[in-house]
Amino acid sequence: MKISLLIVVSLVICSTAIAQVDSTLFKRTQKDTSKLLLNMDAVYNRPFLSVSKLPVAVGGYVEANWQHLGTDGVSEGHQFQMRRLTLFIASSISRRIKFLSEIEFEDGTKEINIEFASIDFEFHPLLNFRGGIVMNPIGAFNQNHDGPKWEFIDRPISATQLLPATWSNVGFGLYGKLYKDNWVYAYETYLTNGFDDQIISNSENKTFLPASKLNKDRFEESFNGVPLITAKVAIRNKKIGELGVSYMGGVYNKFQEDGLVLDEKRRHHSWALDFNTVLSATKTYFNTEWVFNKADVPSTYGQQYGDKQMGGFLDVVQPIAWKNILGFSRSVISAVCRLEYVDWNVGEFDETGGNIGEYTVAVVPGFSWRPTSQTVIRLNYRYNWQTDLLGNPASKTAGFQFGFSSYF
Amino acid sequence: MNRKTIFAGLIILVACEEFQPKAPQAFELLDGPVSGLTEAENLQFLRGDVAFNDEVFTTANGLGPLFVATSCGSCHPGDGKGHPFTTLTRFGQIDENGNQYLNLGGPQLQHRAVPGFTPEGIPPNATFSRFTPPANTGLGFIDVVSDTEILTWADPDDIDGDGISGVPNWINLKEYVKERPNSVTQNGRYMGRFGKKAATYDLLQQTATAYNQDIGITSSFEPVDTYSGIAFDPEVSNQTIADVVFYLKTLKAPVPRPENTSILEGRVLFSVIGCNKCHRPEMKTGNSPIAAIANKVFYPYSDLLLHDMGTALDDGYTEGSAKTYEWRTPPLWGLGLSKNSQGGQYFLMHDGKARSIDEAILLHGGEANQIRNNYQVLTADEKTKLIQFLESL
Repeated sequence: MKISLLIVVSLVICSTAIAQVDSTLFKRTQKDTSKLLLNMDAVYNRPFLSVSKLPVAVGGYVEANWQHLGTDGVSEGHQFQMRRLTLFIASSISRRIKFLSEIEFEDGTKEINIEFASIDFEFHPLLNFRGGIVMNPIGAFNQNHDGPKWEFIDRPISATQLLPATWSNVGFGLYGKLYKDNWVYAYETYLTNGFDDQIISNSENKTFLPASKLNKDRFEESFNGVPLITAKVAIRNKKIGELGVSYMGGVYNKFQEDGLVLDEKRRHHSWALDFNTVLSATKTYFNTEWVFNKADVPSTYGQQYGDKQMGGFLDVVQPIAWKNILGFSRSVISAVCRLEYVDWNVGEFDETGGNIGEYTVAVVPGFSWRPTSQTVIRLNYRYNWQTDLLGNPASKTAGFQFGFSSYF
Repeated sequence: MNRKTIFAGLIILVACEEFQPKAPQAFELLDGPVSGLTEAENLQFLRGDVAFNDEVFTTANGLGPLFVATSCGSCHPGDGKGHPFTTLTRFGQIDENGNQYLNLGGPQLQHRAVPGFTPEGIPPNATFSRFTPPANTGLGFIDVVSDTEILTWADPDDIDGDGISGVPNWINLKEYVKERPNSVTQNGRYMGRFGKKAATYDLLQQTATAYNQDIGITSSFEPVDTYSGIAFDPEVSNQTIADVVFYLKTLKAPVPRPENTSILEGRVLFSVIGCNKCHRPEMKTGNSPIAAIANKVFYPYSDLLLHDMGTALDDGYTEGSAKTYEWRTPPLWGLGLSKNSQGGQYFLMHDGKARSIDEAILLHGGEANQIRNNYQVLTADEKTKLIQFLESL
C-alpha cells in the first residue's frame, strides 16, 4: 500500500516537473569560434546546455551501434552495443576559475569512470593550473575522444590499446597557449599517479598499457609513489593544420615496499606524434596519430611481453554531399577511410633472430551522415588482420558496423 | 536516393556474412573437434578450448615464479608444433636409473621467471636435450590404441632382420594416473606413448605435468611448486584439467590435403624406401567412453615405439627406460601445416634443428641409416614428390 502511494506521489511530482519544463529556459552555451582550437581544447569545445543564469552547464553524448563481424569463418552474429553514455558538468566558479567533469558509462554499466574532474585556474593565458582527475595529454585521441567528433564506430586501436585512451589520472599540472598571427602555440604538462605492473602481467599476454586501467586504486594512491610525467607541445597554423608531440613516462613496477627492495625501478615511456589538417580545396580532412612505446621488461621474463611497440592510424574524411536529407537541411555525407597498424612487439626472437610477429593491420572504409554537426550516423566496414607472436598466418576479421553518436 | 540506401542496408543485413572472411578448408587447419561429439561433449570441448588457448597465466593467477610459457596455447599455437621460443629443455638423466638432478631443478629447465626471481640454469656437467613442443591434434586417437596393438610392431631383437627394431619405453606410473584396461606391463612398469621419448603414459599426466613444469601451475595432481619444492594449494582446478584433457582427446586428426599425381607417387616412394617401417600409416583405436574416437582406423604415420636414431641425435639425455639415442617415432600427420604454427618456417626433429623436411630426413641415423641412404639416391624429382606427400598428411 505504501509502495503504491509512493509511486502515485512520484508520478504526480514527475508530471508536474515535466509540465514545468520550458525549453526556452535552456540555452546552448556559445562556443568561441574566433580562436584557433587545438586538441587540448576539446574538453571545453563541446555543446553544453545551461539553465537560465545558473553558472552550471551540462552536456553529454551517447554512442550505440549494431555490428556483424566474423573471424575466419566464425561469426558472432548480430550484436547490438551501447558503447558509451557520457555526461559532462561544467561550472564557472569565477571568471577565471572553472570546473569540468566527465563521467562515462561504457558498455551499459560494465565500466563507470570519472574521466575528467578538474578545476582550472587561469593566471595568464600562458599559465593555467589544472588539478584533479585530468586526462593525460598523450597523443591527440586521448584529449579529443568524444564519439560525435569521429566518423568511425571503433576507436583507433593504437590510441586505445597501445596507449590506454581514455586514460586519466589524479594529478596536477600547467597548460597555456600563445596566439600569434595565424599561429597558436600550446603546452601542457602534468604530474599524476601512474601505471602498475599489470602492463607486463595481463590476460592479453603482451605489453598492454590499458591493463593499468583495471587498477581502480590509482585514483586513491600511486602504485609505487613515483609520479607519471606527461607533457605535450602543440602548434597550429590556420592554413597548415595542427601538429602535436607528446610524452608520457614513469616507473610502472613496485620496486620497494615497507622499505624492502623488491626489484629495480622499471620504466615505461610513450611518445606520440599527431597531426590533423583540412585541405581547403577539397575539404578533405586528415587526422593521424603515431605512437612509440618502450618498456623496461626484465630480460628473464620472456619476450611475449615486448619492450618496444609502435603503431598508429590515419583517418581520411571526404565530404561528398551537402544537402537537405529527410528534412535535415544542413546534412553532410562523407566518404571515410581509416588505416591502422600496430606492431605489439618490435624486435627479434633471442632464439632464432627472426622477427617477432604480433601485429594488427586494419582498413575501415565507410560513410558517415551528419544530419547536424553534433550528431553522426556511421556505416563502417572493418577488415583487419592479426598475427600471433610467432608471425603465423593472420587471423582475419571483417564485417559491417552501423551506429550513431550524438551530443545531447 | 532513399530507396537505394534502404536497398543497400537490406543487402548488408541479409548478406553480411558474405562480406566476412571465409573459413579455411578442413585440411588447412589443425584445430577443431573430431566429428560426432555429443552436445554435452561439445560443451566440454569448448571449455577445454578456452582453458587451453585463451587462459593466460600471470602472477595474479599463479604463473611461475619459474616458467617456460604463460599459457598452453603459447607452446602449441593453433594446436600445431611449437617454435624455438617455447622449446623445452630437459636435463639430468643419462640412463634408466632416473634423473640425478631432481634436487637441482630437473628434469625440466624453467628458464624464465617473474620479476624479482632468478630463472634456472642447467647445472654444470648435466647433459640436456631440447624438445620442440609437438602438435596436439589427434592425441585422443593415440591415447586409446591398445598396448597390444603397439606391441605387434615391436621387434627388439630385429628378428625379421630388416634393421628396424622398435621398443616401448617402460615407465613408472604416476600415482594419479589410471592404467588402461588390458595394460601390458614389464617388471611393474607400463608402456609410455606420449612425448619425444614416449615417457608419458596418458593425456592426464601430460596435462598436469605441463601445467606444472611449463607454466609453474600446481594442481591436485602435481602439487609441488617447481621453485620452492613445496606442495602448494592447487592453482588450477581438477575441472579445468579434466576439460583440457578432454579437449586434447577430442581434437580432430589432421585432415590430409587433396591428393594429386605427385602426392600419390610420393606415397609409393615412402613405402619403397622403407619410411613406413617406423612411420606406420595406419592404426586402430580401441574402446573409449568417447564414442567419436572409439574403434576407429586412423593414420598417424608412427608406431609409437622407440628407435635407435644414431649418434647425431644422441643428446646424452633420456627419460624412462629409453636410451639416450632412442627416440619415439613422431607421428607425421599434419607435418605440412607445421609452418603455420612455427612462424612460416620449419623447425623439425625433436629439437627443431632441421629447417626443412629434407634436412630432417638426412638427420636420421641408427636404425634409419638404410632408409636415409635410400632417400639420398632418389632423384631430385622423386625427393620432391616424397616431400609433397609428407606435406599432404
